[in-house]
Amino acid sequence: MRSEAKLGLILLLTPLLLWLSLLIFIPHVDMFLVSLRERVGVGEYKISLANYLTFINEPLYLHTFLRTAVMSILATMITLLIAFPVSYYIAKIARGRTQSALFLLCLVPFWVSELVRTFGWMILLRETGLISNLLQFLGLADGPVEMLYNDAAIMVGLVYTSMLFMVVPLVTTLESLPDEVIEAGYDLGGNGLSVLREIVIPHAAPGIVSGCIVVFMLSLGNYLTPTMLGGKDSLWFTELIYSQFIVRFNWELGAAFGFLLLGLSSLIVWGMLKLTGQSLEKTMG
Amino acid sequence: MIPSIPQPRIVSLAYTGYVIAFFIFLGLPLVVVAVFAFNDSQFPSLPWEGFTWNWFFGSERPMIGVFHERSILRAIGTSAFVAVLVSILSVTVGLSNAFLFNRYRFRGQGILYIFMLLPLVVPGIVLGISILVFSSRVANGMWDVAHWDIEALRPGLTLVVLGQFSFIATISTLVLGARLQKFDRSLEEAAMNLGANRLTAVRTITLPYLGPAMVGAFVVAFLMSFENFNTTLMLVGSDAPLTIAMFDRLKEGSTPLLNAVSLLLMLGSSCLALVMIAFQKRG
Repeated sequence: MRSEAKLGLILLLTPLLLWLSLLIFIPHVDMFLVSLRERVGVGEYKISLANYLTFINEPLYLHTFLRTAVMSILATMITLLIAFPVSYYIAKIARGRTQSALFLLCLVPFWVSELVRTFGWMILLRETGLISNLLQFLGLADGPVEMLYNDAAIMVGLVYTSMLFMVVPLVTTLESLPDEVIEAGYDLGGNGLSVLREIVIPHAAPGIVSGCIVVFMLSLGNYLTPTMLGGKDSLWFTELIYSQFIVRFNWELGAAFGFLLLGLSSLIVWGMLKLTGQSLEKTMG
Repeated sequence: MIPSIPQPRIVSLAYTGYVIAFFIFLGLPLVVVAVFAFNDSQFPSLPWEGFTWNWFFGSERPMIGVFHERSILRAIGTSAFVAVLVSILSVTVGLSNAFLFNRYRFRGQGILYIFMLLPLVVPGIVLGISILVFSSRVANGMWDVAHWDIEALRPGLTLVVLGQFSFIATISTLVLGARLQKFDRSLEEAAMNLGANRLTAVRTITLPYLGPAMVGAFVVAFLMSFENFNTTLMLVGSDAPLTIAMFDRLKEGSTPLLNAVSLLLMLGSSCLALVMIAFQKRG
């Protein structure tokens, strides 16, 4: 029996270890090693921090990096602010069939490719698009209005794309808050605001954290939305990675960029978990 | 703010209005994409030139419909092929992982579990480039050592499958693990008391119990693979899956053909979602 159990353990452990080592761990270590390489001649490399120095010394790279980070944080906050009241409505105010129907409706955009969602926003926002035509029809604009190819369009796209990942964890945690607790808050003299601050938000904290982590990550790593909705001046860090790898064929610098992106996203995820005393197993699993 | 606590009428009206506005925001882009698939014009934008099915069934220039557009059909085929492979791999490995974390206690299990979750917090594009870098190194090494050119390690469908699998496996592990957690172990023990050995008990009792979750994990993996963009973008070779093919076209400018493809995608994924919900209800 013991040897049988041991055999079972080994059999089940093998695919997991193969997966995590060959597709996750070793490739990331390798990417890090490549990022530390400097080309000194044809097929000759030496170890140096040159790629990271290039990143620091080239204003465009650093600027794009910081801009991507700040805009992703902003997108996360906007998504949270928009999603919270809706999630609360679904979890605590809607009842029965309406509740499940509304929840399902929130999931619908997720079933559709991100490309289609972005395409939809392009049709809406572009110069010949629906919103521009509507504004002209209402007399609010004299000529066609171009709303595409700027930071605001990127923001709309990012918030839209990641909405689901905020709503689902929020609804799940808010649903587990008993009505009686909220009523007790009011009985003890609280008003809407203090109940929200003292009871609802602390209870929803795990959902808020996991929603924010996922939305932030998705925004930071997004390529499609900034490329399609953003203009010339709204460069996203992933676009730099793509151009170094595929267009310029400078893998060393591209790997360094990739590592920086990974570092930033890990740092923020870790920081958020630490700040709120949550663990990765609880928020993701 | 719950129904049992009275609120001023104006507040609850404003709140309902906000929720309605939210759902309009959510639905509008999708509705617009769907509607313009039927516009009898070269551009998916106003003015409305009349209703047509040509973007689906048209066979003559300038309106070649989806069903006559070879490159799109081939891309759909490629995507489906990749998605099926990724789903099979992910569900298999996910099942193995679920049993491992549910049934065994071993040293380093906690750390391994956290490690297993990490692919979800790595940006997709980074997953893509790291696999690209590593596979190229292996391929180059093989060439240098043995003059053996491994086509599979160059950008192409094999790498796309592996890249998508690398994070979708985590999701299927979580889906299957959650279901296995709810399983009553005494059912398995009863089977063994009745003379089954452990493997038979798992095969006849536990696996059927996991059936709906396996279908669910398969559908989720299929959809995630079909829709994946970031990881695929970095690993794709000459055979472009649908999202990449559509992206390339969208960059050049769009015709309602793309709307028609999108509408078909929406219909396809809704059908899959319904299948999954039906299976979940049965389980």
